[in-house]
Amino acid sequence: MLKYCLKRLGASVITLVIIISVVFILVRQMPIEGYFDNFDKLDPAVIEATLQKMGLKDPIFVQLKNFFVQLLHGDLGTSVRYRVGAPIMDIILQKAPYSIRLGLSSMALALALGIPLGAAMARSKSKFWDKFGTLFIVFVTAVPSAVYHIFIQMYASEWFDLSMIYRQEDITSWILPVFSMALGNVAYYAMWLRRYMVDEMNRDYVRLARAKGVSNKKLMMTHVFRNAFVPMIQYIPSSILYTIGGSIYIESLYSIPGMGGLLVDVIGRQDNPMVQAIVIMYSCIGIIGLLLGDIMMGVLDPRISFAKKEGAR
Amino acid sequence: MSSSILSVDNLNVKFRLRGRTLHAIRGVSLDLYPGESLAIVGESGSGKSVLTKTFMGLLDANGWIDEGSINYGGNDLAQYKTEKQWLTIRGREIAMVMQDPMTSLNPLKTIGAQIIEAIRLHQKVTKEEAYKLMIEALDAVGINEPERRAKQYPHEFSGGMRQRVVIAIAIACKPKILICDEPTTALDVTIQAQILELIKNLKNKLMLTTVYITHDLGVVANVADRIAVMYAGDIVEIGRCEEIFYDPRHPYTWALLSSLPQLGRKGEPLYSIQGTPPNLFTEVKGDAFAPRNPHALNIDFEERPPYFDVSETHRVRSWLLDPRAPKLEPPESVKALRNREVHG
Repeated sequence: MLKYCLKRLGASVITLVIIISVVFILVRQMPIEGYFDNFDKLDPAVIEATLQKMGLKDPIFVQLKNFFVQLLHGDLGTSVRYRVGAPIMDIILQKAPYSIRLGLSSMALALALGIPLGAAMARSKSKFWDKFGTLFIVFVTAVPSAVYHIFIQMYASEWFDLSMIYRQEDITSWILPVFSMALGNVAYYAMWLRRYMVDEMNRDYVRLARAKGVSNKKLMMTHVFRNAFVPMIQYIPSSILYTIGGSIYIESLYSIPGMGGLLVDVIGRQDNPMVQAIVIMYSCIGIIGLLLGDIMMGVLDPRISFAKKEGAR
Repeated sequence: MSSSILSVDNLNVKFRLRGRTLHAIRGVSLDLYPGESLAIVGESGSGKSVLTKTFMGLLDANGWIDEGSINYGGNDLAQYKTEKQWLTIRGREIAMVMQDPMTSLNPLKTIGAQIIEAIRLHQKVTKEEAYKLMIEALDAVGINEPERRAKQYPHEFSGGMRQRVVIAIAIACKPKILICDEPTTALDVTIQAQILELIKNLKNKLMLTTVYITHDLGVVANVADRIAVMYAGDIVEIGRCEEIFYDPRHPYTWALLSSLPQLGRKGEPLYSIQGTPPNLFTEVKGDAFAPRNPHALNIDFEERPPYFDVSETHRVRSWLLDPRAPKLEPPESVKALRNREVHG
């Protein structure tokens, strides 16, 4: 088990190093305007000198090495245009809590609604709950999210007398953004759980369990649900992490000062160090999500052998 | 013979498939006697699995018992509707061993847990007692080091070993009837004999009544006291093992026996029954086998034959046994079976 985790961790670290190197080298190919706040008005000599000072004239591998050393000290560099001279780490630390709070709440809501819905759909296959759930899933998937997000903001705020703008100290103002963000995931979890459960229900072992006298309810809980959950568990950490990375649309709709639009923003402003830092951060999130998913799956499914030689035959 | 443990009378089972009704079991009557071993043979789709599923209320959701009764212990199982009623039967009175051991165990639970689950469903025992019973069951089906094996998962077992585990689950609840639905079809030939031997021994030890469903006549010859031959949802011939093998009367049984590869001669093509079974979506008129039967009489197309008793234990549903019918000899190859067996 420990060996398996370490191996997966090692592989993740290598992947991360490769991603960081590629991103770093690619960002070096960007126009140098991105390093200056007032490029047009500067003297070429000053530009040259500044680049020299920033180490951007060094051979690329020296730059890469320096960057890794910097990263290991927890330094992501400084912003050059978005907020001149501010350490990027500070900017992220300031914005991240908003996105994380919202993201975690919406994921909790999505799991709390999506999993019972999916299970109910599977249990009542082609009856009321199944049809109701399918309608909901088709609606959420087929209608562009922007449409219902706006409708929720417009109408739900009026019906329930809720704020249209997010305010940190007012917990009721969280309801609409959290709910909006959760909708897509509710549909997603319900759809996959239903599908996996229906798959499991048709397996021979379920028939045998029924033949040995397990009641339907118990069969669903102890056999079908658990086995159907295993393939899902792999994706849950990833989707949690992606959700806390922020949602551009919801955050702008409710004026939430989170990380959602940050990447688009800094790309637009050609803030090269920021682009680099944020892309690296998102890669980390993705890789950690996959790693956690694999480990959780390994814990739940005994068929995934942790050590290669152990497989008995 | 003594009184029956389970008695099926004029059972009709229907399925609804895409708006059409399939008549899968067409008036089967069958008595099962305590301690006997009955084999139900027939080709795919003849209804042999469906018939035994009705004993446990395991028909798929689109199937139902249209008519008839299944008497077991003074109750009519055909009238059972709720899950609660069936839970008094499933596993406790009647247990089942299924065809494919590779898929009939939950891959995420240990072998021990799956056997204990069955034990605790039907017997009021503590965890420790259940564990003991589980080890005993594993031991009884010939699994070495049961304490160690109980902690393992199905994927750590071979096919034959998994089938032993499935059998352990079935016998753990001490049922009276054990239904074996093609228990060896998915196994290696070398393992088949071991599994059949195991079921046979357990049957004697635990005084089980066993029902085998199979299309392998070799299996049948090994294990069965009595044989029921099914065709198109009906039992066309039923009798003691030697009666069916050495004195078959129904043309379908003749055809079935003739298609045994062992009876073919080297160099000649193997015998196969021409045509296909009837479409059970439409009501069958007369004898269901008539269109494929080279010996069919005119009446076979008109009216369904009744049962004729050949002996006290041997019944055949064929007009050929009517006193007015022409005398027909079974095919040479079937007669050869008798001669070969008699002369060793």
